[in-house]
Amino acid sequence: MNLTLHVWRQKNANDKGKMETYQAKDISDHMSFLEMLDVVNEQLADKDIDPIAFDHDCREGICGMCSLVVNGTPHGPERGTTVCQLHMRHFKDGDTIYIEPWRARAFPVQRDLIVDRSAFDRIMAAGGFVSVNTGGTPDANALPIPKKDADTAMDAAACIGCGACVAACKNASAMLFVSAKVSQFAYLPQGQAERKARVSNMLAQMQKEGFGNCTNFYECEAACPKEISVKFIAKMNREFMRAKVLKD
Amino acid sequence: MSTNAPPSFSNATVGKKILMAITGFLIIGFVIVHLVGNLQIFIGQHQLNVYAETLQNMGALKWAFRIALLVFFLVHIWKGIVLWLENRSARPVSYTKETNQESTLASRTMIYTGALIVFFVAYHISHFTLLDCHPEYQSLPLVDGRFDVYSMIILGFSEPLIAALYIIFVGLVAFHISHAFSSLFQTLGLTKPELLKRLRLFGALLAWLIFLAYASIPVAVLAKIITLPGGGH
Repeated sequence: MNLTLHVWRQKNANDKGKMETYQAKDISDHMSFLEMLDVVNEQLADKDIDPIAFDHDCREGICGMCSLVVNGTPHGPERGTTVCQLHMRHFKDGDTIYIEPWRARAFPVQRDLIVDRSAFDRIMAAGGFVSVNTGGTPDANALPIPKKDADTAMDAAACIGCGACVAACKNASAMLFVSAKVSQFAYLPQGQAERKARVSNMLAQMQKEGFGNCTNFYECEAACPKEISVKFIAKMNREFMRAKVLKD
Repeated sequence: MSTNAPPSFSNATVGKKILMAITGFLIIGFVIVHLVGNLQIFIGQHQLNVYAETLQNMGALKWAFRIALLVFFLVHIWKGIVLWLENRSARPVSYTKETNQESTLASRTMIYTGALIVFFVAYHISHFTLLDCHPEYQSLPLVDGRFDVYSMIILGFSEPLIAALYIIFVGLVAFHISHAFSSLFQTLGLTKPELLKRLRLFGALLAWLIFLAYASIPVAVLAKIITLPGGGH
């Protein structure tokens, strides 16, 4: 199939950047979206045009590196799918596709479609961890966890930190990401010691990084490749209130 | 750990939202109580005028209520503007192509409907409470020794422009509430996925109910279903 691509091109973080139009020729519908871009980059190289820079790593939908807004939707039109797992069979010959980077003040564009997501790392460093003294491996059944809590914590921990929630949010808020990270610990006994400080500090760091506030659009849940539920945002709001009410 | 202390409750991202949710909830409560008062116009002139007089004679309680309501509005407006400004600055470069998957028109226009509601509320208070823009209402003859709210409303809504503006006003309020209702429960952490779906549906139903019930009064006046006691006007 042949496609018309409108792609965001930006030389570096200081460049203003603009949308450029390219023709993608002879694209197989078996290709993934990123493979399609690989082919386009080869075609661009033949014409002495700089290849389109985009983030990618595992191409298996688990690493959270790929980050393209396809036709206005982070990771493209398929629900619960990273853009590396999006296949070209979901497009038709002659389609026009807009490809843009995640848009947020806290995610500055580095080049073309690559954004700097180290703001997420700083949010994690503010409280997204459990401090334990290492020692011998504990006995497997020494710490009983109800199945329901373990499952819920696992649902939250499915977050791969790609930032699609921020890209989808009209306010560029990172609430779904932060809530998933806060919740995965809040449901587990290991997370209890730092429970109050964690929610306050991670939210404070989110705010400091310049992410927006949640206004309950629920676009994040729709865009999340791991289908993280906005129930975790409600959970985090409860955690925040709990931390405020229960003073040390 | 971050070296800076977290912001205070009212400046924290979730704290601001909680203030929006609580003040919004209380204002929705007022909107419903106000509606119950208004609908007494359908019972008749005597009932409405007695009700109005009862409210007016509540003295200190009336003022406590008015001041509380003003505080709810001011906090809601203030935090709403702060949130909106922060949210705007969080995305300096917008998308060339943008889609909406889950968000509703009401949710995306809260700041605009909110701003319009402020202007309409100002006019509404001036119209029916302070009587500034319609001083002629002050010369309405007393009925059984009471101010004749009943006739004032019928006179007001007999002007199609005022009735139309009022219907737009209550439409905006209802549209604002259609998102606000479920949103406030989510912000206060009182939802679960199934419950959230039901709250969103209930919010839409509540908004329609509020709109139709409020709008029924100017419509009934224009349709001459409720008329001045003397017959005409």
